[in-house]
This record gives sequence, C-alpha cells and structure tokens, in this order.
Amino acid sequence: MRGPAFVELLEAAVPGGVVGTNLEAIDPWVEVVPAAVADVCRWLHDSSETGFDSLQCITAVDWFESDPKKAAKAGWDPHLELVYHLWSTRARVSLVLKTKLPRWKDDQPGQPPEVASVAGIWRSADWHEREVYDLSGVRFVGHPDLRRILCPEDWEGFPLRKDYEMPLEYHGIRGR
Amino acid sequence: MSQVIDDDPRIIEFDVRTDEMLVNMGPQHPSTHGVLRLVLRTDGEVVSEVEPHIGYLHRCAEKIGENISARQFIPYTDRMDYLAGMNMNLGWSLAVEKLMRLQVTEKARHLRVLIAELGRIASHLVGMGAYGLDLGTFSPFLYAFREREKILNLFEEACGARLTYSYITVGGLTADLPPGWLGRCEAFLNEFEPIIREYHALLTTNAIFVKRTGGIGVLSPEMAINYGCSGPVLRGSGVDQDMRRDGEPIYTAMYDGYAFEVAVMKDGTYPRDRAYPAVPADAVLGDCWHRFFVRMLEVVQSMELIRQAIDRYSACTGSLGEPVKIAEKIPAGDVYLETECPKGQMGFYLIGNGTPKPWRVRARSSSFSNLSVLPELCHGCLIADVPAIVGSLDIVMGEIDR
Repeated sequence: MRGPAFVELLEAAVPGGVVGTNLEAIDPWVEVVPAAVADVCRWLHDSSETGFDSLQCITAVDWFESDPKKAAKAGWDPHLELVYHLWSTRARVSLVLKTKLPRWKDDQPGQPPEVASVAGIWRSADWHEREVYDLSGVRFVGHPDLRRILCPEDWEGFPLRKDYEMPLEYHGIRGR
Repeated sequence: MSQVIDDDPRIIEFDVRTDEMLVNMGPQHPSTHGVLRLVLRTDGEVVSEVEPHIGYLHRCAEKIGENISARQFIPYTDRMDYLAGMNMNLGWSLAVEKLMRLQVTEKARHLRVLIAELGRIASHLVGMGAYGLDLGTFSPFLYAFREREKILNLFEEACGARLTYSYITVGGLTADLPPGWLGRCEAFLNEFEPIIREYHALLTTNAIFVKRTGGIGVLSPEMAINYGCSGPVLRGSGVDQDMRRDGEPIYTAMYDGYAFEVAVMKDGTYPRDRAYPAVPADAVLGDCWHRFFVRMLEVVQSMELIRQAIDRYSACTGSLGEPVKIAEKIPAGDVYLETECPKGQMGFYLIGNGTPKPWRVRARSSSFSNLSVLPELCHGCLIADVPAIVGSLDIVMGEIDR
C-alpha cells in the first residue's frame, strides 16, 4: 500500500491534488493542495483500495519565526500546516496527509484561514477540528458546530500561534 | 395553561405532562470523572441530547512542550493521564526515540514492559472502582484501592513517586530497580491473582450491576471506528485492535517474544473467559458491561505479561543504559507514534528542528475521542444511565484537556 504506487493511485483519483511527497521520511507523508483536502479524504475513506476508516489526529503547525535573523535562515516562508493522521483498522496501516495554508486569510492578521471540514467523513474530526480552531485558528468550512472547545468561549486569539501573546487580563485575572 | 385546566384540577391529575428541560451535570459532579460538565436536554427521565463541555483542566501542555527540551517534557506527560503516568512517559519517550533513532538496551526494554503493565493494572483498578461509585456502590472502590495501593508502593520503591513518576524517560529509565523489588512484585502478583475472583463477585456477575450496564450505551463497531475510539472502548465493541500487536515496529518490538492474546470477543467468547463468568444474557456486544469486562480481562493479561517480563528482566546481564542528556538536541523531522495506554491509543506528534526544544508538540488523547462519542450513546437513555455510560468510557479529564 505504501510507496509510489499508492501516490499514483491518489493522483489518478484526485487529479492535481497531490503537490508533494516524502516517502523517505520516518513517517512518509503526502502533501495535497488545501482545495483538494475534502476530495482526497473522501477518496481515502471510501475507496476499497485504501479504506482509511479512522482519523486519529489533526494537528496545526505554525511555521513562523518572529526573530528576523532566524527567519532569514529558516528555509521556509511563514505558513500554517495541517497534518492529518489516518489509520486503517482493516489493513492496519497509517497515512500522514499534509496541507499548507496561509497564516491569515487575505493577509489580515486575526482572520483565520479556511479549509474544508472533514467532519462529514470521520466524526472524530468534529472535536479535533474544534480544537485546531480553538488553539491554532483555522476555520473549517462546513463544520457542523465550530466553537472553541478547550478555551472559554470569549477567549481571544489562538494560543498555539508562535506570535501569540497572553492577554494582560481576563475577567479581572492577571494574564502576564 | 389554558383556562379549562386551571379550572378543573382533575384534568391535570390525569394528564401529567413533562416539559423539555435542560439539566446541568457537573462540572464538579462526584460521579463524573474529573471536571466534566454535561448539559442534558431531558423530557421527564428520558435524555434526548447530551452536550459535553470540556476544558476545565486545560494547562497548555502543547505550548509548554515548545519551550522546554524533549526530556523536560516527561513530567508534563505524567499529568495528562495521571492515573497511568508510567504509560504516558513511555508513549512520549518512544516518540522521541523514534525521531532520534535511538534503541534502548534489552534490559531497559523488559523493565519498561514490566512497569507499563503494572501501570495498566493500577489504571484499570481505578477504572473498575470508580465505575462502581458511578453506579452507586462504594465497596468495589475500596477493594480496588487496596490493591492499587500495593502497586503504588512498588512504584514508590522503584522511582520515589506515587502518582507522577517520570520514571520511564527518553533513552531508558531514570534508575534501576532496588534490590529485592522483583521478589516483592512477584509476591504481590501471587496475592492479587485470587482476589480478581472477588471483583467478579462484586461487580461482573452482580445482578444489579448487570441490570445497570447490560444493553446500555451500545456502541457499534463502525461508530467506534468512525469516532476514533480506542482501547477497551473499541475492543468492547468487538474490534480486534491492540497497538501492542498492531502498532508501529518501534512499539511492537518492545513486546517481541511476549505471549498475550488481545482481549476482544471472537465468535461469541472472550479468549480468557474459561475461568471467568460467562457473558450475562442481558449484555449486548458494545454495551457498558462489555467495556468493563474487557478491562477486567486486561488485568489478567497484564499479570501474565508482568510474569514474563520478570523472567526476561532477571535473565538480562547487561546494564540498563543511560538516559539522554536533559538538553539533548533532537534532529529535524517529524514523527507520530501511538501507544496502547490503559485508556486507549495515546498518540504523540513531535517536530524537531535540530535544537533541544521541539518545534511543535501534539498529544492525541484517547479519552478525548472516546468522550466525543458520548452524545451518540446517550441519545434516548435515562438520566440514571448517563453516569453508567460516562463511567464505562473510563475517561480522565487531565488527558482530555491537557
């Protein structure tokens, strides 16, 4: 299942969806364009060749360096990365799916970037997407109930962003 | 109220109506596990909707992980599932070792199996005792804690702590076992084995317990997989999956050569139910009773694994090996690893960038996904069944909120 043959299958199923792969990494991964996330996930879930019937984890990684000296040497442009960890209970194999998003929608700080929700495919995505929205600030379009889950509902900002600053006070409680 | 009813009280007596009501359960309800708040939409005794509110124990563990070295994060993993700290330590250590391509010594490997399985027994004992509390019986809790205390004593001797151990660490373990420890561990096992029959008499075959759990909160295998459930919740629905057997090589290699059977129902029987009570007629696969019973079987399974580990560990001659330095640099790259913790599959995702501090730390909690299925299970059940269902999921809020 793993390896180039699988990537070819995926490319044939969703033309133009795959933009990069790394099959030599410790956990081999496939990178797709954000617009194709829903189609790719639907295919991965439904297709009998793959049958990834379980979504284990969604992670958002903020690739941002506030120190300009370090940022020049970092080797990447600031962006947000979503990592999906899938698992097939029948074949007992895992798959890592990545997609790159801009840090903010239309470059306006505070406006979360958007990507299609996969909660309709795997119900486990419901809470995981809420958590990613809450802590990392990604708006999942089509999510049934996108609210904060761990932080209070009136919390401001997205704590797992690298440039996040703790509020000075929250309801009379000192923050920093 | 219409004019007619107000005027004639007899009509009210014949037509007792129930209104839809929102009932708040928690966040400090003693029979919910930790600080969990449930909002129930009820009509009389029947629950139509449950909404869990979580986050009361959120301590930003993932953010903290970005600001300290990989080994310094070990104590924070203790505080995730604080009832199975050893297993949490192990999950994080293996994830970091996977990124560093590090292999622990044979002696450390067997000691890890020993400790992790003892931790599993301790966690399942709390799960069992607290489940009794949820259902209104106090005695099983005392029985369970009597034995758990002995395991904690063993842990205290080995590493000095009783709850937050930080014993298993990146590259091995912080210390070797003190002299005579293995003998005391074996004595505990011999003492503990016959006691399991008491637990079965107290709960498993108890008529009230069976009535309260059999056929309640039935979780279909498809739904369990779709919701990302794992551990005893998944196996209680009849899905044959255990990361100790099906996981990634770095984790399964730890159990190489160990004989154990995954506790899941096959062809209508459990692998080890010969010596234990038969499945009651009221119980349906995937209900609260089965989730509970899988845990009980895993206690026996862990005992057998511990016995094997004691033999192998004492046969090892080499040294235990040294853990990595506190500020050891971790290579660039990202890894994800799931281990079979008592509550389910605990996943750690870690991105390194060549410095001691990880760029990103992510903890995928098993209880988080196990709890997310609760609204489905509680649809149409009675209010009194809600604690029975929550208890059968055996959640720990520290792990859900992180």
